[in-house]
Order: sequence, then C-alpha cells, then structure tokens
Amino acid sequence: MTESTPSEGDPAEGPEDATTANGPATRPSDLATPADGASTEAPSARRPAGRRGRVSSGFGRYVAKHVGGAAVSLLLVLFSSFFIFRLIAGDPIDQLTRERPVSPEERAAMRAELGLDEPMWRQFWDYITGTLTMDLGDSFQYRRPIFDLIVERLPATLLLSGTGMVLAVLLGFWIGARTGWRQGSRFDRGHVATGLVLYSAPTFWLGMIVILVFARYLGLFPVNGMRSPSTPPDFWSQAVDIGHHLVLPVLTYTAVVYAGYLMIMRSSILDELGGDYLTTARAKGLRDDEVRRRHAVPNALLPTVTLVFLALGSVVNGSIITETVFSWPGLGRLFVQSIFYPDRPVLQALFVLFSSSTILAVLCAEILYWFIDPRMRRSG
Amino acid sequence: MSSVEGAKVLRARGLRVEFGLPGGRVARAVDGVDLDVAPGEIVALAGESGCGKTTLARTLMGLERPSGGTVSFGDVPLRFSSRALKAYRRQVQLVLQDPTGALNPRHTVYEAVAEGLRIHGIGEDEPGRVAEALARAGLRPPERFFLAYPHELSGGQRQRVVIAGALVLEPSILVADEPVASLDASVRGEILSLLLRLKEDAGLGALVITHDLGLAWSIADRIAIMYLGRIVEQGPVERVLTAPRHPYTRALVSVLPDSPVREPIVLAGELPDAAEVPAGCRFRPRCQEVASGRAAAVLDRCEGEDPARLGPESAHLVACHLDAAMPARMAG
Repeated sequence: MTESTPSEGDPAEGPEDATTANGPATRPSDLATPADGASTEAPSARRPAGRRGRVSSGFGRYVAKHVGGAAVSLLLVLFSSFFIFRLIAGDPIDQLTRERPVSPEERAAMRAELGLDEPMWRQFWDYITGTLTMDLGDSFQYRRPIFDLIVERLPATLLLSGTGMVLAVLLGFWIGARTGWRQGSRFDRGHVATGLVLYSAPTFWLGMIVILVFARYLGLFPVNGMRSPSTPPDFWSQAVDIGHHLVLPVLTYTAVVYAGYLMIMRSSILDELGGDYLTTARAKGLRDDEVRRRHAVPNALLPTVTLVFLALGSVVNGSIITETVFSWPGLGRLFVQSIFYPDRPVLQALFVLFSSSTILAVLCAEILYWFIDPRMRRSG
Repeated sequence: MSSVEGAKVLRARGLRVEFGLPGGRVARAVDGVDLDVAPGEIVALAGESGCGKTTLARTLMGLERPSGGTVSFGDVPLRFSSRALKAYRRQVQLVLQDPTGALNPRHTVYEAVAEGLRIHGIGEDEPGRVAEALARAGLRPPERFFLAYPHELSGGQRQRVVIAGALVLEPSILVADEPVASLDASVRGEILSLLLRLKEDAGLGALVITHDLGLAWSIADRIAIMYLGRIVEQGPVERVLTAPRHPYTRALVSVLPDSPVREPIVLAGELPDAAEVPAGCRFRPRCQEVASGRAAAVLDRCEGEDPARLGPESAHLVACHLDAAMPARMAG
C-alpha cells in the first residue's frame, strides 16, 4: 500500500489539485466520501476497493494542500527578504565608501555597477527571477557570485550542525524517553536539571568555557578553525584533522540544544503514559521496558517528527553563534560577516536559503505523517 | 458452578492496597477483600465510582502490588518477578473500559491481537489463532479486519478486538473493568451476550466490574457489592438483588425499576475519602438505618466495631451489625 500510493496518487491527482490549491475541491466522483462514511460503520465487503481508492485520491489532495501551503510561505519569504534588508540597511554606497571621500561621479559609477540605479520594480524583478534561477547576484564585500560563496561554505556548516543536531536529537530522545517513563525519579530530576542548565547557558559563554578548559588548559583540542595549515593534504590526515577541530564546536552545540529534544520527548512520553493501551500491553505479559520500547516510544515519537524535520531544516542555518565563537568557516559566519559589512545581497540570499530549508523540511514532515500516522489517512 | 475447588481459581485473600498521599496520609483503596473467581462463572463486582473496584482489578492483574493479603491463581500465590507475572498473565487477561484507549492507535487489528501470542512466544499458526480469536469475539469474517486500524472500527468492534486480544491466549479468567460502560446501549447487549457465550462454550471465568446493577443482573452468577474498599455483601446475584440485606445494597437496589425495596433510598453525603475510612462500620455515616433510628439497638457496635470481613464462600453474606442482630427482619 505504502509503495503503490505515491506512484498512483501523485501524477494522477497532484497537478490537478495543485491548481485549485487550498480551495474546497468539489468532485462528486471522488471515492473518498462514500468510503469514509462506510468505514465508521463497518469495514464492509467493499473495503479493499474503497480503501485503495481513498488512499490514492486522499493522498493527492493531502500533498497538494501542503505543497500549496509551502509555496505560499516561500513566496512570502522571497518578497519580505527583498524589502526587509532594504528597510534596515540604509544606502549601501554610504557604507561601502565610509573610509574614504568619494566624488558624486564615483558614487554614481558604483551605483550603476551594483545595479542600484535601476528603478525599484526592476530591481525587484531581477531579484525574483534571479533567485528562482539560482542566480543570486554578487556579494558587495567579496565581489563574487553569492552562489559560489554559499556552495563553498555549506559543507562546513552541514558538518558542524549536522553532526551536532544528530547527536542532540539522539541524545535528547534517548534520555527523554527514559526520564519521562520514570517521572519523578532521581534519574529524571538529575537529567532534567542538567539539561535545562545547559539549555539556558548562553552559547558564546559555554563555548568560551569549553575553549578555556579543553583547548587552553588541557590542550586536548585546537582553539578554533576547521583545519590546521600544517596538515598533509592526503584524505585521511585531513579527515582526522577536521574531526579533531570538530569536537569542541559540536560539543558546545549539542550541549546547548539537546535539552530541548529531551523535554519534548519527555512530555510526549508523559502524554502516552496515561494510555490504556500501555496497561493492556502490560496485562498481556509485556515487561515494563518492552512496553516502553514497543508501544510508548513509537507513539511518543509521532508528535516529534515535525520537530526532527525542523531540526534538519535548521541544520542549514547552522549555529551562527557557535560558528562565530569557534571561527568555523560556515554559512553562519558568512552571515555575521555580512551583517557587519553590511553585504545586503548576501544577507538577502542567506535569509531566503535559511527560511526555505525550514519550510521544505516541514513540508517533508507533513508528507511523512501520511505514512506513519494511520489516522491522517482518514482526516487528510 | 461456584465450586471453589479446582486448579484455575483466581483468589484474593485479605487483599489490601494502600497509596501514600502527600502529607503522610494513607489512602486505603482496597481494604481487606476476599474474592474467588472460578472458570465457568461470572462474578460481578459492583459499587460506586471511587470505591476501589478498579484498584482491585489492577491488583488482581498484578499491575498494582498489594500492601497486604495475597492474590493466587490455582493455589499458587502470585509473585512479582517479571517471569512469574508473564506466566500468570497468560491465564488471567484484562479487558478495559474504553476500547479506544485500550488499543494502540498505530497497530492494526492483527497486530493488536497477535501481540499476546508474540509476547508468550506462541509461534505456530499465528494467523489461524488470530482469526479464531476474532471470530470468537464475533468479528466475522476475521480476515477482513486484519489490516484495519482502530479508528476505522466502531466502538463495539473495537471492544471486540480488545476481547479477541485477551481471548487469543486462551485464558482461564477474564477481568473486565466496566467492559461496556463506554459503549452504546445497542452494542452493550452484544458484548454482554458475547461474555455469556464465552462462559457457556469455553468455560471462561470472568470478574466483571460495573456500577450498573442491571448489567450484573443480566450476566453474573454471583455478585459482590463493594463499599469504600471492602466487600459489604455478596452472594448469588438473584438472592442479593431480590433480597438485599446490607443497607448500602438496599439503597443501590431501591432506585432500580421493579425494585424489591419499595421506597427509593437516597444516600446522604458523598463517598468518604479513602484516606479517612470511618471507624466502626465504614458505612455508618451514610447509613439510612442509623439515620432513621432503626439501628439504635446495635448503634454502639456500628460506631465501635468494624463488621467482620466477608469470607469467600458463595453463600449470601452480609457485613452489617444490624443484619447480624435481626436477620429475620431483613430477610422478610
């Protein structure tokens, strides 16, 4: 069923529904209505046929609805990014020339070079079409295509926040499931307290403490950067060197964010704890930790799927503060540099990139829900 | 039928369950209960909400540890090691009130029913056993329900799935906590007749917990009336409900249609806090016989002396000083 659904539902229903995006698509021939009505009464003889039809048409509509919603959000991000940075940044020529005196002719020449002499609607149109075709323009500070800047820095960010996020989610969920299951125990209180202290610690402060302790006093890890200049260029030496540099930033990043996942998983488990199905499972002879593993945790994971995808989306944003503290050459550091310069096109492009990665991740989560939560298939 | 001999009798002896409350108080949810449930009989346990019925059921299942007394099955006292509990739960199964909550929403009917088999390592012919259990629970043809999720079924069908999940292990005793309270009246009858049929055909024993005396009347062989953690009257259901002897039972019965008690009796006050069980007879503060002065002759005993715990015998037994003093009056 799971395999047949997308291939069947997507091409058949998706495009048609996408045009009427969120509108109440009225299609009398739709199989969904009769099948839905019947299912509450009894899974009757026409169940297999009805169910199949319902799944494919329901899935198309479900996907179209959420893709439409995501497209609207993306357009809003695109528009607002253009205006926000024009509102807050002032005249770029003033900022670009603040060190030296310039004649009006020079100013006009710079303006023309940067494309700022064109009318606003023209700039807007170039920005929209450019962004949609991956042509993000040139950076003020580097005088290079922004696309190249992003591609250069993306791997470093993905490495740092990807590793940190995966660790934080795994650690948070693992501890959270156990603390929730033993609510009020010493284990629970100890972990919640530790997690919250770290969660409330400012990242830059924790980062500096970590650098002081592990890099300065103990000398175990390098202070900052991603690689040492003296490392031989072969793959393994580089990999070990980068890994060595990676430890402290990842440690800082994970320590600060894991408590969020811990608390969410814990409260999600607490919601499930009252469930009679856990009592049923116990009464059937399942051991307590098996009840947790087989019943409580899978069901408690359900509400956290959105969270995990949000986390995946925000991996692209990286951790701006962690990258800055550890001088990590990623997108977050580029963002900070662009704020100080200020490099408006880069800010604009990063803003769109960060937002759209989150929007797309949430869209993926919504679509995934269809497959992991059977209840969605009826209400979707 | 109510033979207490036999290897597969579920027994509670002097069962007590206490919960510590904030402030050092102790709630006595179950306070000395003797009860037998044998295969082939349905015992109803009736009483107000909060009287300890559900705690008693959970304790009988080994889900709650008793503070005193014993639960035993087939003359073997229940131990709380996970292995002993697992073996015990193959024989004694639980059916809960709300079938929507009792089924894992993300498991199909097949998975829900087969889970018991998997837990107990019964590998051979799993689909056949699941199908048979569903069919016995009245879901026919069973194969059609295999891949359904709980939200696709009606309330009655869900409760049948829960019952099938209990039956698949071929238990001797079913403990059913308000098995039809959350169901529509039309479905209620079907589930009750299912329980009766399982008793007749398969010799299943059941403890049915309910606050509905009418329900107890229609399916039970014996009934035990529980008040504030203690069984105050028990016996064959037709005796207890047509000639109730305990003032509390009389009050419960008096509000039924066609009641043998002529005047409806409305009890004064609320069920007392289980942390503050009244001294003497626990029912005395609300007892209509005490209030009307008819119990004046035994009042000092009502105030000072806890009526003896009822034994597990299947005879009609009452825990009341007044009844003990004037059996003739009450029986007449």
